[in-house]
Amino acid sequence: MNAATVIFLILATLLVISSLMVVFLRRVVHCAMALVTALLLIAILFISLQAPMVGVLQVMVYAGAIMVLFLFVIMFLNPGVLEQPSVAWWGLAVVLSVLLGAFLVPLFSQYEPGDNPVTSTELFGSPDVLAKSLFGEFVLPFEIASVLLLVAIIGAVVLAKREHGSDGAA
Amino acid sequence: MVSAEFSTVASDLLRWIPLIPLCATVLNLFWGRAWGNRTAGGLACAAVGASFAIALYLFWQLPANGVLRDPVYTWIESGLFKVNVAFQVDALTAAMLLIVTGIGFLIHIYSLGYMAHDEGFVRFFIYLNLFIFFMLLLVMADNLLLLFVGWEGVGLCSYLLIGFWYRDINNTIAGNKAFIVNRIGDFGFILGIFLLVTGLGRQGVWTLDFLELQKHTELLSPAMIGAITLLLFIGATGKSAQIPLFVWLPDAMAGPTPVSALIHAATMVTAGVYMTARLHFLFVLAPATLSLIAWIGAATAFFAATIALTQNDIKKVLAYSTISQLGYMFLAVGMAAFSAAIFHVFTHAFFKACLFLGSGSVIHALDGEQDMRKMGGLNSRMPTTYWTYLIATLAIAGAPFSAGFFSKDLILWEAFSRGAMILWGIGLITAGLTAFYMFRQLFMVFHGEFRGDDHAKAHLHESPAVMTFPLVILAIGSIFAGWVGAPEYLWGSRWEHWLQPMFGAVAAQESSVSTEVLVTVLTLAVVAVGFYWAYAKYGRAPAKGAPSAAEQGFLYRLSLNKYYIDEIYDYLIVRPFTGCSRFFAEFVDPRVIDGAVNGVAAIARGLSWVWCGLQTGNVQHYATGLLVGTLALLAYFLGQS
Amino acid sequence: MVPLNYYLILSAIVFSIGVVGVLIRRNLIVVLMSIELMLNAVNLTFIAFARHLGSMAGQVAVFFVMAVAAAEAVIGLAIIISVFRQTRTLDPQNMQLLKW
Repeated sequence: MNAATVIFLILATLLVISSLMVVFLRRVVHCAMALVTALLLIAILFISLQAPMVGVLQVMVYAGAIMVLFLFVIMFLNPGVLEQPSVAWWGLAVVLSVLLGAFLVPLFSQYEPGDNPVTSTELFGSPDVLAKSLFGEFVLPFEIASVLLLVAIIGAVVLAKREHGSDGAA
Repeated sequence: MVSAEFSTVASDLLRWIPLIPLCATVLNLFWGRAWGNRTAGGLACAAVGASFAIALYLFWQLPANGVLRDPVYTWIESGLFKVNVAFQVDALTAAMLLIVTGIGFLIHIYSLGYMAHDEGFVRFFIYLNLFIFFMLLLVMADNLLLLFVGWEGVGLCSYLLIGFWYRDINNTIAGNKAFIVNRIGDFGFILGIFLLVTGLGRQGVWTLDFLELQKHTELLSPAMIGAITLLLFIGATGKSAQIPLFVWLPDAMAGPTPVSALIHAATMVTAGVYMTARLHFLFVLAPATLSLIAWIGAATAFFAATIALTQNDIKKVLAYSTISQLGYMFLAVGMAAFSAAIFHVFTHAFFKACLFLGSGSVIHALDGEQDMRKMGGLNSRMPTTYWTYLIATLAIAGAPFSAGFFSKDLILWEAFSRGAMILWGIGLITAGLTAFYMFRQLFMVFHGEFRGDDHAKAHLHESPAVMTFPLVILAIGSIFAGWVGAPEYLWGSRWEHWLQPMFGAVAAQESSVSTEVLVTVLTLAVVAVGFYWAYAKYGRAPAKGAPSAAEQGFLYRLSLNKYYIDEIYDYLIVRPFTGCSRFFAEFVDPRVIDGAVNGVAAIARGLSWVWCGLQTGNVQHYATGLLVGTLALLAYFLGQS
Repeated sequence: MVPLNYYLILSAIVFSIGVVGVLIRRNLIVVLMSIELMLNAVNLTFIAFARHLGSMAGQVAVFFVMAVAAAEAVIGLAIIISVFRQTRTLDPQNMQLLKW
């Protein structure tokens, strides 16, 4: 049990706790905050896994942009009524999800611990190497993703536009 | 057996005999109404007249011992089995051709007058020509299958013409009855054909041609021949109104009188006799069937005659008379005296058609009245009709030297000389009854005082020439047509001689001329008794009408109600059958069959109800479904590894 | 060196938690957030494998997943706004128009 493992276990525990908070807290804003926490923790895990660029991107894009957007919408809509959970439904969902976990875990346990990674250079995961892959081998998905983002922007604008005579909140 | 110098001559002319009436049918069908009654009727008559002319020409052309053939085209060809649409005229067919076209022509002319004021004039002639076409197909067919096509076709036309005035539902019902009862007979006929084809086929011979069949009869076992002939005879009882399938003929009188004359007296009903004569080579090999035919013929003749004694409708008397005379023909067939049977067909066509057309003349003059109790004294007002009717009545009764005399006596002699004494006795008594009821009719209709109302009396008139002309021709035929078949001791029978090559020589019966004369005299005596009895009851002034209800004895009522045969059939056959049908229609069809079909649909709907429950509209429920599916897959893959 | 399957197990647990969130929450925004949680768990798996196999393809995949997740979050939120304007509620249980 070396230091890396200990740090990993601490991070993992925190991650699980914040995930549970996302799912089980009653106020939406609290859930959003818990999700931000979870995202940051995952970013730390990325960096520890030799993916610094992706980790930083995670913070910038996910925790930064997407969650801000979520918070904007929450404030915009401002739902007043708290939801009423249904016990039977909760029970069933929890059971099923536990089952899912129970299936996935042994599946993933098949991997032998202690395999050495094939290459572990310093450049692995750096912006250089990521950019080379992105604009080299994966240039086509890259371009398609940009089109996708364009479509998403247009779609979002059209969907959220206020209609004439409709009474949107704020 | 076919004799050695048998010759076959090909002639393209044969096909025109049925084709010309068919063309007239089609032409009238499309343009008859536009052309108007005169042209349409004229076309129809001319068509039959043309067929008659060709038939007459062919009659002279016919080789002494041979056939004229006209293969038109191959109809069915399946492996070795071949059936053609082909025509064949031999002596028997020639005789039938002359009857059908000749008498048919006269009746067509008569109909020009009789149906002149009917709005269905053109339709009538279309049906009539169509009937002639099918009848010609029947008699000229060279194989059993084509004969059957004609057989069915005349049944169809009979149905169409009986129910001609279809606006009265009773006429339609009568037409239905005729067709359905015929169909029952046809069922037997078809089975007979099947048995014949397969019976021969098993021995390697696949054919239904008459000439071919005649050569191969030895291939069939006696039991098989017996079965085939029995089944074919069942068909004949339907078409020719014998016991037990005769019940349609009296009802068929609902049709116009020319129809009764042509179809139900002269031609269609004789198709059964023709068929047995055509297949004589089979029937002579089945003595059991022949015996049955003779007994049924005699029984029918007697039975129908007893019913005719009390009937009050002028056409019903003639209908039962027809059934009775057909019985005589089958009696002759049963004695294997085929040429005698056809001879009676020939003479009967003349006098029965004359009688029917005469009755039509009377009905026409009385503006539709058919009850003889309301007639009387018409002899002075309608002389032509009276005299022709008298001649025809004498013929049917068997007055000396009339046509009926020669043909009926020949049949009775055939029965007597072969030793069938009981059958002969029945035939003899029936002859007396025939004389009685025919003269009863004559006296009731034409003699004494007119018993109808004054309006009818004022309306009385002799029929126009277009109707009386055929009557005169037929009356002349009723006298002289029989002279071709006189017995040996008079001037010999040209008829017998003519048909002999076909049927083989009549087995020489050892008997003297005096026995023959004695039998004839006996017949005449019985006929005279019948005549006198009718005269006493109905002819002598003051003429007694029909007995009133109080006076009717038990036997009288039995006869008047035709022995309640229709009611018996209804009770024994029709009711169980319709009950069965109703059971199927009202229970099996809606509950079982529809139930099964609807049940399947209901099950499908029920199952889909169950699955409907899954469509809650709630996205989260759907997501749960996804999860469950994923778990299942995972479980499967985990299980595999 | 943390063994690979530790990361995988962690990822599986977070994923399951996300699934629970999607199924039971009656607030559409929280449902969407749970979906983001699931996506992140998958991202973790990708990065772990990338490091383990020494291939950049895993990190590139994460890159694209993030792009798509962003687009999806945007559209999802736009739809939520639209639906809220119609029904004045964010409860998926109240949106059952597609019931049989």
